Amino acid sequence: MPLNIRTYRDLTEPDASGLPAQIGAQRHRVAARLAQVGRVVAVMSGKGGVGKSFVTAHLARAVARGGRAVGVLDADLNGPTAAGLLDAGRASLVVEEDAVLPATGADGVRLVSMDLLLEDGRPLAFRGPAADRFVWRGALEAAALREFLADVAWGSLDLLLVDLPPGLSRFEELADLLDRPPAVLTVTIPTPESRDAVRRALRAAMERGATPLGVVENMMGDQFRGDAAEVLAREFGVPVLARVPFHPPVGVWETLAARL
Amino acid sequence: MKFLCVECDRQMVFEERQLPGDGTLAAAFKCPSCGRVTALLTNPFETQLVSSLGVVIGGRTVPAQPLETVRGNVAGGRPDAFDEASGRAEARTAGPSWSAEAQQRLSQVPGFVRGMVKKIYAEYAKDHGIAEITPAVMDTARAELGLEGM
Repeated sequence: MPLNIRTYRDLTEPDASGLPAQIGAQRHRVAARLAQVGRVVAVMSGKGGVGKSFVTAHLARAVARGGRAVGVLDADLNGPTAAGLLDAGRASLVVEEDAVLPATGADGVRLVSMDLLLEDGRPLAFRGPAADRFVWRGALEAAALREFLADVAWGSLDLLLVDLPPGLSRFEELADLLDRPPAVLTVTIPTPESRDAVRRALRAAMERGATPLGVVENMMGDQFRGDAAEVLAREFGVPVLARVPFHPPVGVWETLAARL
Repeated sequence: MKFLCVECDRQMVFEERQLPGDGTLAAAFKCPSCGRVTALLTNPFETQLVSSLGVVIGGRTVPAQPLETVRGNVAGGRPDAFDEASGRAEARTAGPSWSAEAQQRLSQVPGFVRGMVKKIYAEYAKDHGIAEITPAVMDTARAELGLEGM
């Protein structure tokens, strides 16, 4: 004779744990923190080595020089470089009552990066049981992204650039955490290999509801040959926002900044 | 996650949380009708998974600290990554004193997370009207708040 057990939803008395409410509060905290942020833009490519972080840092500096308040969230938790690229130094992050103040980089760009938190040369590692580490590590990285969004006193920003690592998982986490999917700035190098990887990433982002802003072709020149930017722009109906050679000329970042 | 006392057909209520050791998180639930108490025990992997989600079984009794999950779980963090003294956080939690033994124990906490741990214990003491933080208070708070690894 089976036990007569009611469903989870049938049990309606107060639940001290309130786990769904705790998760909801986390989401609410992200939304509240970003209420003063004009626009969140994810810088992505889906492929490593195309210079996303380089583009993000120089774009942020140009936006700041143009008089807009800008922040950089380095979402590449395992390969953080924003602090170095933005000359943020190694100053301690000041802890306020309910938030941590972001570091200040070149041209006044506000930033947070795992690079600011880890000892020199140390990879990102988490304390915890060694067995089945792969299962909970992803949850911890997603939590780190959430806390970088919600627990950093970004203040009033015109633009928050989120520098994503290669792949799609961090974009998915970001899209889940925000009220609506972020706008996407796509970075590619000219090669067919980059084009194909970026195409997949951009398609996935658009299927998730993201708005593509355009394509930045980085490392343009003799070293890498191809027409990735034109092809992607045509396929997705977006502009090529900038073509950045290996040695960017004066003004290229300002031109890109003006288009965002 | 809810617990049902099948005999009474009543939803059990959260009673208390403990960290008995070996990475186990114990959460006890009591039937409001018959008084039966049942404990949920998680293995270290499950304990870590709950911690990774940034949630607390039994609910929070002190507010989440900024970057709590990052600070509580990252290994190899810079000891001076955070400055607790310059901000307003320190002033808010000034209150309970620390016994010499408690200070000694706190000094053994990695610098990366020490400021946050200190603040959490101070807030716990304040909430419970405790004037001096001792190792015993730290043990109780650690268990009640589910501060595995702190």
